[in-house]
Amino acid sequence: MIRFIDVYKEYDNGTKALKGVNMRIDDGEFVFLVGPSGSGKSTIMKLITGEISPTEGKLMVNGYSLNNISPKQIPLMRRTLGIVFQDFRLIEKKTVHENLSFAMRAIGASNRDMRKRIGYVLRLVGLEEKAHQYPGQLSGGEQQRVAIARALVNNPNMIIADEPTGNLDPSRSLEIMMLLERINELGTTILVVTHEMNLVNKFAKRVVTIQEGRIISDETGGYYHGEKI
Amino acid sequence: MARRFDFGYYCKEGVHSIFMHGFMSFAAVCMIVACLLIMGSFSLVAVNLDNMLGDLEAENEFLAYVDESYSEEEARALQSKIEVIPNVAEVLFVTRAEALDDFRLGREDNELLSSLPDDVLRDRYRIHVDDIELLKETSDAVKTVTGVADVNAAYDIAQGFVMVRNIATGIALVLIGILVFVSLFIIANTIKLAFFYRREEIAIMKMCGATNSFIRWPFIVQGMILGLFGALLAFLMQWGVYSLVVKAVIQSNGLSLVTIIPFSVLIPKLLLIFCCAGLLIGVVGSVLAIRKFLQV
Repeated sequence: MIRFIDVYKEYDNGTKALKGVNMRIDDGEFVFLVGPSGSGKSTIMKLITGEISPTEGKLMVNGYSLNNISPKQIPLMRRTLGIVFQDFRLIEKKTVHENLSFAMRAIGASNRDMRKRIGYVLRLVGLEEKAHQYPGQLSGGEQQRVAIARALVNNPNMIIADEPTGNLDPSRSLEIMMLLERINELGTTILVVTHEMNLVNKFAKRVVTIQEGRIISDETGGYYHGEKI
Repeated sequence: MARRFDFGYYCKEGVHSIFMHGFMSFAAVCMIVACLLIMGSFSLVAVNLDNMLGDLEAENEFLAYVDESYSEEEARALQSKIEVIPNVAEVLFVTRAEALDDFRLGREDNELLSSLPDDVLRDRYRIHVDDIELLKETSDAVKTVTGVADVNAAYDIAQGFVMVRNIATGIALVLIGILVFVSLFIIANTIKLAFFYRREEIAIMKMCGATNSFIRWPFIVQGMILGLFGALLAFLMQWGVYSLVVKAVIQSNGLSLVTIIPFSVLIPKLLLIFCCAGLLIGVVGSVLAIRKFLQV
């Protein structure tokens, strides 16, 4: 569960990125966070992952208060999140399986746990056959599915996807969204940050629209009007 | 069940990183070797001089001659006054006759000596000191005792040893300071390079919830391995250098009085010191290198 209560964020250079954001994402939801470039989407992402802290207001992520979280608790909070990036961020010199085991090892998982969990996650994303291939041998859509598998492998409460389809063609983008929808159906909360109007409008999900650091609409089964807002 | 300390993984990553940045690793090991070799050489000089000083201290005595006008009883009465002087360890009274007997010892063939009267020499005290560095002060204090006519102390030799030992220790400390600094700098740069090379992986690890210690350990292990390897290499080189010096001293007539501690006696302590110093340089260098990168 994520709660933003009157959150402001002003950077050191004086840029006011967020101006009183109020937002609540409950467990099991599928939410699109949309808005034009510079609207504050990335700031929200960074706040949720604990890279930056709010200037004002209260922020809770999966039971952790990020206003007064200690540096030692940040890794524990991050384990409740799975993060997917536009550029996949896979380790090129590691195979698909190794990329996943790398993520699990980072939180101290045992070899036994890794064997069990990686097989399951690869089946879920449909890449069981590609376990021993390197990212460079995969298509863009497959690489993003590996990134999703990596986000999922530590069994997080929530997956945050930052422009997950930004580097993909429309059909691959749709596949990725459908995969995220399926993961959501299995119980994981999904937050997708995007500005792809067509893709958002294909799914009748909750759409939170942010503009100039303020949330200007929050509708379930909503419709995104893109840059025209 | 999550493992708390994945030692195998840390070692694997540390070793991998060493070979990944071979040249920097080589430079780091060379610096550690140079540092420890110089530290070891000067320390061994200091240890040997200390040992010689110890021998000198053990044997060391100076003589205090009693006024000729004092009878033996009066001369013996001075013992209690000498014993209370600081740094005096032991006081032994030697009568005139005993002193002459000692003097004659080994000179039995000298007819001139046999004809000398028994009271030709003065009553005297053989005085042992605790600290040879205070020999002059002690002998001066003894000289002030009423009834003591003169003292005979070879403090020039003692002072010479002390001075050489102090200079060796001083030079060693300065050089060690400089070389430790350079070693730390090179180790830190080697680790920074490794960190920079793995920055993408580290970003992913952090994103997945890896703790700072999990990220830090492979780099610390890398520093430890470099430090330990450098220490062992330096130890072997030190052994070789020391053996050559010992050989040269034994063969030299001029240095026949110099006693050198055999290397075999020094091995356990020296190996321990080298390994600890190498490990410390490696660990401190690594920690310094990655400290600021782990703040986010």
